[in-house]
Amino acid sequence: MKKNWPLWEVFVRSKNGLEHRHFGSLHAPDAEMAINNARDVYTRRNEGVSIWVVESKNIKASNPEHNGEMFEPAADKAYRHPTFYELPDDVEHM
Amino acid sequence: MTNENLIHYIHSIADNSLILGQRLSELCGHGPTLETDIAMTNIALDLFGQTRSYFQYAAELSNEDLTEDDIAFLRKERDYKNVLLVEQPNTDFAYIIVRQYFFDVYHYLLLKQLENSKNVNLQNIAKKSLKEVAYHRRFSGDWLKRLGDGTEESHERVQKAINDLWVYTDELFHMNEDDKIVANAGFGVDNSSLKDEYYQIISDLIKQATLEVPEIQYFQKGGKKGIHTEHMGYILSEMQYMQLAYPNMKW
Repeated sequence: MKKNWPLWEVFVRSKNGLEHRHFGSLHAPDAEMAINNARDVYTRRNEGVSIWVVESKNIKASNPEHNGEMFEPAADKAYRHPTFYELPDDVEHM
Repeated sequence: MTNENLIHYIHSIADNSLILGQRLSELCGHGPTLETDIAMTNIALDLFGQTRSYFQYAAELSNEDLTEDDIAFLRKERDYKNVLLVEQPNTDFAYIIVRQYFFDVYHYLLLKQLENSKNVNLQNIAKKSLKEVAYHRRFSGDWLKRLGDGTEESHERVQKAINDLWVYTDELFHMNEDDKIVANAGFGVDNSSLKDEYYQIISDLIKQATLEVPEIQYFQKGGKKGIHTEHMGYILSEMQYMQLAYPNMKW
């Protein structure tokens, strides 16, 4: 399917004050149409207040072969993990 | 102005949305891509939603014991007053987009005026629909530009669609007797007042899309008097099937 339109990743801000989050991906001939399509596919029922789109090919992804060195820190250094704090109830969205 | 005049006026506005929605819903599952399929079905749903609001109000106004479904599904072909443009077939994607754009610009200008209606119900329906229609117009206009300025084939096809559908544009601005009476009462819109702006807008966009504005001066008409093209019977037989096969059925 070489005639396929490029793939776009869609990020939607659900509410003012929240960050944009990845909602999914879709095909579109250009950025403007990608926003139109994203509106139709993802935000037609009040799901969002802002949309970002980025062409998927512009995303550089980490290599799964490097997962070990990237994501598996030494398990015996518990003091590195910020797990010894108690979050007050009023802090949202952490 | 009688209730009867107003009911007929409401039918003529809502029938455009109903029949165009029906045409678009034929594309459900058949759109050229998943994304455009969803987009066009969304537009169909918007149009059906608007149609419901109009017909609920028309049913209220009626002396007979009618529901919105009776009005939508149980009239005879001659009683549908939609313009010929909206019943034209889904020949290809270019036709679908041009038909949509030609209607959307008119629809937008109409609702902009209907917002000032002296009738609160029509005012509210117009207000609610306007946002949806602004999006429809953007969607079809964006596509028209891309098809015109796209490949050689898309350019050729969309020019053909423009040339073929152009003859149905003038009817959008015709006024039947009911339209005139309701417009004079300040409830309806004087469609003829929208015409200059309409042709200005669509001509500008057609040129922007590197396409040519047809010079055709002969126009088709009839829908607003209930005299439809050969396509209408097929649309109705499919659309009315459920209510005829299962009278009074509800979702």
